[in-house]
Amino acid sequence: MSAAAKVETTRQPVLEMRHISKTFGAIRALQDVSLSVHAGELHALMGENGAGKSTLMKVLSGAYRPDPGGEILIDGMPAATGDPIKARASGVAVIYQELSLAPNLTVAQNIFLGNEPRRFGIVDRDQCTRRAREIIARLGVSFSARDMVSSLSLGERQLVEIARALSTNARIIVMDEPTTSLTSRETDRLFEVIATLKSQGIAIIYISHRMEEVYQLADRVSVLRDSGYVGTLERAELSASRLVSMMVGRDLSAFYKKDHRPPDEKRAVALSVRGMSDGRLLKNCSFDLHKGEVLALAGLVGSGRTELARLIFGADRRTSGTLELDGKPVTIGSPREALDAGIAYLTEDRKELGLFLDMSISDNISMGVLARDSRAGGLRDFAAAEGRASKAVADLSIRTSSVQANAGSLSGGNQQKVLLARLLETEPKVVILDEPTRGVDVGAKSEIYRLIDNLAKQGIAILMISSELPEVIGVADRVLVMRDGTISGEVTASEGQPLSQEKIMELATGAAQQ
Amino acid sequence: MTDKATEISAGGQATGTSRRLRTAFAALGMLPVLILLAAGFQFMNPRFLTETNLLIVTQQSSINIVLAAGMTFVILTGGIDLSVGAILAASAMVAVMVSLVPDWGLLGVPAAILVGLGFGLINGLLIAYIKLPPFIVTLGSLTAVRGVARLLGQDTTVFNSDLPFDFIGNGSLFGIPWLVIIALSVVVLSWLVLKRTVLGTWIYAVGGNAEAARLTGIKVPLVLLFVYGVSGMLAGLGGAMSAARLYAANGLQLGQSYELDAIAAVILGGTSFVGGVGSIWGTLIGGLIIAVLSNGLILAGVSDIWQYIIKGLVIIVAVALDRYRLQAGART
Repeated sequence: MSAAAKVETTRQPVLEMRHISKTFGAIRALQDVSLSVHAGELHALMGENGAGKSTLMKVLSGAYRPDPGGEILIDGMPAATGDPIKARASGVAVIYQELSLAPNLTVAQNIFLGNEPRRFGIVDRDQCTRRAREIIARLGVSFSARDMVSSLSLGERQLVEIARALSTNARIIVMDEPTTSLTSRETDRLFEVIATLKSQGIAIIYISHRMEEVYQLADRVSVLRDSGYVGTLERAELSASRLVSMMVGRDLSAFYKKDHRPPDEKRAVALSVRGMSDGRLLKNCSFDLHKGEVLALAGLVGSGRTELARLIFGADRRTSGTLELDGKPVTIGSPREALDAGIAYLTEDRKELGLFLDMSISDNISMGVLARDSRAGGLRDFAAAEGRASKAVADLSIRTSSVQANAGSLSGGNQQKVLLARLLETEPKVVILDEPTRGVDVGAKSEIYRLIDNLAKQGIAILMISSELPEVIGVADRVLVMRDGTISGEVTASEGQPLSQEKIMELATGAAQQ
Repeated sequence: MTDKATEISAGGQATGTSRRLRTAFAALGMLPVLILLAAGFQFMNPRFLTETNLLIVTQQSSINIVLAAGMTFVILTGGIDLSVGAILAASAMVAVMVSLVPDWGLLGVPAAILVGLGFGLINGLLIAYIKLPPFIVTLGSLTAVRGVARLLGQDTTVFNSDLPFDFIGNGSLFGIPWLVIIALSVVVLSWLVLKRTVLGTWIYAVGGNAEAARLTGIKVPLVLLFVYGVSGMLAGLGGAMSAARLYAANGLQLGQSYELDAIAAVILGGTSFVGGVGSIWGTLIGGLIIAVLSNGLILAGVSDIWQYIIKGLVIIVAVALDRYRLQAGART
């Protein structure tokens, strides 16, 4: 594959963006960024949130007009800028994170939405279906042109978007974090489709935060930082530490921080979980979590990790199972009871299940302890809330103009820190973190790792669910692996040997048993 | 690095200011409309801005404002209470009937409030603990409680020409009608609860994101029980006010479609129909707009039929504004 890419580089790039700058008033969103992509190449674009990736792609798609001096060449010919329709006509298609399909229409109708083949001014449904079938066949996917989009999974819908791009003869496809909401199987499917597209000579610009995907897919990687271009690495030059230091602008040899002392056998058990079942997915899950320990819960998406966490936290009803906290049995039937007992939970879905977007940062942070702070007659103690919020903003370096700003105005990483601050205000003994760094940029990630490490140092027991193996290995002392609703095994670091990524994958996929 | 930091904080301040402006716009939103309406009616009929007429307007709006205050609590949680008109009728019946008991007549007022509270709590229990949709529960109680109201007086009008608490409906304190004093007190108390108590913050939290509220340890069912209880209780108070004004109550006619005026006042006041965003001051202004509209249209000699049409259009425009505001506030 890399050999093929090498050959391509000698040819003329299908897309060249030269000296692109973009200013909005006084704010410089892009500064002299250049990028070239060859036919059949997958060019990954990386950078922290706010580095300018999305702006660059909006310039490419014609949504923004670049500042004078910047130009876009397609097949070596200068292309029109700032015109979405002309951009699409010249073969550029962007697949955004928020899918833009009409669920109540069929796959074929969606593929040709707004671009329907017509005969005598009437939509030619036969041609519509036939051409949709051709495109679907090209992608080699399992759904049919007549399926309703509402019946498709998120991953399949993404493939419909790609099909729609192909229907307009796109030669340059931009994918913005396409795997964020996909299961691992869907992700594999998407990667197969990407390979097919590449073999058909389509150039792909792939935006992602996930190192592993970039390793797996990219022929070249370009990195943006602080609105500027940092550099491009060939596939052979890729290394995680190099990419990370390009993205954050400093060497992050201690990106994953593990300063706390891993607990030995004698360390007291903080939380003991026995025989947890929910009557649906989870079957008889048992484990011990020690004080000052970071225990990772690994496994594929859908293996039951979040479900187990929610069961421990009392968010869902269990059919069997007992909990012991500090050696004493506790009954937990609701999140309130869990919090009162000293168990806190950080949700994986901060917008839907975590934040109050229309409320202030201050209210968001002290929401769990309002009653504790209240004065006589249930009156709010606003000074207390403000004090907690100011302290949290300083401690966790939450970037905001004021603690009275709405939580919805913060970036993803800062929103996550607000949720972490809320969780810490309840002074928990056991903390369950569900994908604590999902959708968070590299800088915030390392700050969250440092926070986790600090909590462990204070003797707080931490159960961390994570789908990113480097994170699991970098942060955790011990790993439990789940598969099909059961705990399929445990991976520990042995004498001088770090946690084994292969062993975790074996347990997660069940490969060990075959 | 420093450059970027200042840039970020400057951007943050800019969005902070625009957010504050937007919040101020949302809170004040309808005040200019109220003033414009008043000015317009004054232009059409100079009798509009007289002390007598303004007292009539505020008096006429007082019962609706009391109902709308309760409705604000409910809509802030993302719910709806369609039963307030019926509860008002049943409570008014109880108020008049209790007022006929010799020597204990004054108890008509607390009796009405308790009856309202009772019906409100039943709504709340069904919504919070049986988890039925608010629209369906209160649509049911709208009909059922109306039936109870008719049953109470054997489907007749009950009178008491010697009502012991008639001062509420027709008396004044320092020249201000008691109805107006009660309505304003309800608004101030509601503000206190919503903006100054822990419970008030929980109400906004439940409306903003009920599942997040539950995971934060907030007892969501208790909050819901509270808001429907408040709405019912204030409808009961409205019943007592209505009985005191009329010296009579009729289970069939009283309070018909009052719930719609109350909902209209809340929405006009800028409270979001999906919950989590809104204020009681907005509701007060919304209630006054509806009263000014009715009164002004009468003074301007607009026929009864056209009053209906105009008021209906105002409600639609209000919902359109709500949508527009939500879109303006939409984030990614």
